[in-house]
Amino acid sequence: MSDDEIDLESLSDEDLVAQMHDDVYDGLPDEIVRGTEILLERGWSPDRTLSDALVEGMRIVGVDFRDGILFVPEVLLAANAMKAGMEVLRPLLSESSADRMGKVVIGTVKGDIHDIGKNLVAMMLEGAGFEVIDLGINNAVESYLAALEEHKPQILGMSALLTTTMPYMKVVVDTMVEKGIRDDYIVLVGGAPLNEEFGKAVGADAYCRDAAVAAETAQALVLARRSAVAAS
Amino acid sequence: MPVSDRATSLLEEEVVFPAEKAEGRVLVLACGAIAREVLAIVKLNRWTHVDVRCLPAKLHSRPERIPAAVDAKLTELAGRYEQVFVAYADCGTGGALEPVLERHGVERLPGAHCYGFLAGNDAWDAMQEDEPATFYLTDFLARHFDALVVRGLGIDRRPELLPLMFGNYVRLVHLAQTDDAELDRRAEGAAAFLGLRYERRRTGYGDLRPALERFVAGAERG
Repeated sequence: MSDDEIDLESLSDEDLVAQMHDDVYDGLPDEIVRGTEILLERGWSPDRTLSDALVEGMRIVGVDFRDGILFVPEVLLAANAMKAGMEVLRPLLSESSADRMGKVVIGTVKGDIHDIGKNLVAMMLEGAGFEVIDLGINNAVESYLAALEEHKPQILGMSALLTTTMPYMKVVVDTMVEKGIRDDYIVLVGGAPLNEEFGKAVGADAYCRDAAVAAETAQALVLARRSAVAAS
Repeated sequence: MPVSDRATSLLEEEVVFPAEKAEGRVLVLACGAIAREVLAIVKLNRWTHVDVRCLPAKLHSRPERIPAAVDAKLTELAGRYEQVFVAYADCGTGGALEPVLERHGVERLPGAHCYGFLAGNDAWDAMQEDEPATFYLTDFLARHFDALVVRGLGIDRRPELLPLMFGNYVRLVHLAQTDDAELDRRAEGAAAFLGLRYERRRTGYGDLRPALERFVAGAERG
């Protein structure tokens, strides 16, 4: 260990979590893996480790990205660090799947290979308690429909970075309407060139301006739908 | 001063290329990344009354800042020119440039990107359809690949960014405005650096030339 390296084992829980926020911010995956392991060794639950150390670290990154302090490369490195921690936690989280919020099918639309934002959203959704089925990039309507049929999620998420590809979201929603399945799902859309008005125009339930908002919106809409079902 | 001597300035700063006549009556407000091409078209057409002002080309990598930069410049220059044309496409602004231009009563180039209007928007659409996983370089971007991509995105400092940012791409197409062996070499080197298949398409000025000619002809008709 070099002189300026921090001995994570020697930190109190509070200081370790603060250090992990810094390590997510600085995009240091090895440190995040070790920090995650230490918290688990100390008896922290996977859920608490995920939300307090990783998701909170990424939330801070998201705020600074929105405020123009961090840019895409830094956010990518931070997400990469969080992902490394998630990989430690995922097998443990799936053991307690009864507590999960539900399922999300998510993918970038046809003709578009950009997935930086979509990957962030997928990770924050996972952090918010959802099981995420990530269809990757360049998805035709058939791919979305097949995944909805197979996985029966509560939410469909679609992402696009290009003004030329974002109209494809309407193709997907219109096809869902034609097949009579639109109201079976919450549809969330996002991507740099989108806005609230566009989200409404394509028939989505919500436009999410960033990954943190996507996670909050997904939770709020799933809980609202559950309440509505319970009340009916 | 020739544009070649101002290449670095074009990346970072606003650069003004005044009309040959002392007082330009018509303005093309362009992205610095297409300064050479705009000036070449001005020269080809012998437009001596057209000022060209270029906003910093580095905005190419920060498109969310383009609308405010264009707005500020159009506001600053309000009333100074008989006609103004904005030589930007949508350029990743997600439509945010439109209300700015509407407010100032100014037109822009057709299409989504410089790749589109330089390749010709129809040809570019066909290329995208053929292979969506394509990363494009224009002559400007080939010339400044290191500054805008390698250093600009921090890949020199954090090489692990390379697969995170470019892992989904399979092809790099150099949309060549000119025949320049040095630029071809740079573009091919960029493709190798990114691990992508390399192709070169000679585009000339694509839709840029007819768009500027239509604008200047319209300005002359008043």
